[in-house]
Amino acid sequence: MSIFEYNGSALVAMVGKNCFAIASDRRLGVQLQTIATDFQRISKVHDRLFIGLSGLATDAQTLHQRLMFRHKLYQLREERDMKPETFASLVSALLYEKRFGPYFCQPVIAGLSDDDKPFICTTDSIGAKELAKDFVVAGTAGDSLYGACEAMFKPDMEPEELFETLSQALLASVDRDCLSGWGGHIYIVTPTEVKECTLKGRMD
Amino acid sequence: MECVFGLVGNDYAIVVADTSAVHSILVHKSNEDKIMVLDSHKLVAASGEPGDRVQFTEYIQKNVALYQFRNGIPLTTAAAANFTRGELATALRKQNPYQVNVLMAGYDKEIGPSLYYIDYIATLHKVDRGAFGYGSYFCLAMMDRHYHSGMTVEEAIDLVDKCILEIRSRLVVAPPNFVIKIVDKDGAREYAWRESVKPDATA
Repeated sequence: MSIFEYNGSALVAMVGKNCFAIASDRRLGVQLQTIATDFQRISKVHDRLFIGLSGLATDAQTLHQRLMFRHKLYQLREERDMKPETFASLVSALLYEKRFGPYFCQPVIAGLSDDDKPFICTTDSIGAKELAKDFVVAGTAGDSLYGACEAMFKPDMEPEELFETLSQALLASVDRDCLSGWGGHIYIVTPTEVKECTLKGRMD
Repeated sequence: MECVFGLVGNDYAIVVADTSAVHSILVHKSNEDKIMVLDSHKLVAASGEPGDRVQFTEYIQKNVALYQFRNGIPLTTAAAANFTRGELATALRKQNPYQVNVLMAGYDKEIGPSLYYIDYIATLHKVDRGAFGYGSYFCLAMMDRHYHSGMTVEEAIDLVDKCILEIRSRLVVAPPNFVIKIVDKDGAREYAWRESVKPDATA
């Protein structure tokens, strides 16, 4: 089994009309065994920027701590929050630092940049950025997620419709992957508010 | 094979570990205590490579004590768990990582009881019930079936005994003896032993 599939994960971010949504599954496993069904993969960097880390959980936790540290330092020095594009470059740089002994993670970054324009991006485990206009996926259920999102995505969806679409895409995809699932976490972010919901799917 | 498991109740946390020290096919000790009392209100149940287990848990214990000496207040369970994870994560990418799985149970005055699952590659997660080793396949299933939040100590010990019975009857190399330790507002202490083979009196 690949080291990326040791813990199991599913992450997806999708763009809507002046909003974005980012969702993950909730399973933490050790190969075939499920350890917990309430694992948080997505964390808030600031009110308009979220990062989800899929892949090996220990590296996701280490990377998360390093990124929070760097962002807090940035906030102290610059007296403002980091823009999503800048943060994506930071993530890419941190990952490439370990080019020959990498973190086994695939991050998904989603934020609202200037003029409330949604920004989503994913990188591979050594920091190659992939910007997309519609959706980005990561994790063991990645292939299923690509299919589900491609089928369900429409441009310029309002927050409510985006929530429905992304939830259905996530739940459908994790049902085809034994290493991810046990429900979902979804954050819908608009310029004015952040809504967090827990999804109940097939609990297996 | 080593079995370590634990669960959290309404105002206590219990951890259980087997007590066999094994070298290949030989059981050279059957009353090895694998649950270390980290400080007055914390327990660390560790399983894995024997040398690493003792060295690593002692290292954590001494550093937790050092913090208390320097700062005058003890670490919270969450802080101690995160420190442990940090040490495991740092060693992970160095010459020889620690091969130790840890279940850390603790009681904090404002927070209550908590249990942290930390595996050997430094994955940290706060859990209600956790288990390591081959015994985990049986213990997690038994706990999923019978555990509910707000169990009394007696109910929890009953569940622990069910888990031990399951390990003894279904695991091919089942360890004969177990030690049960509990941590609550009165502190961390040994609760009971469950012995089916009395350790040698001369050992």
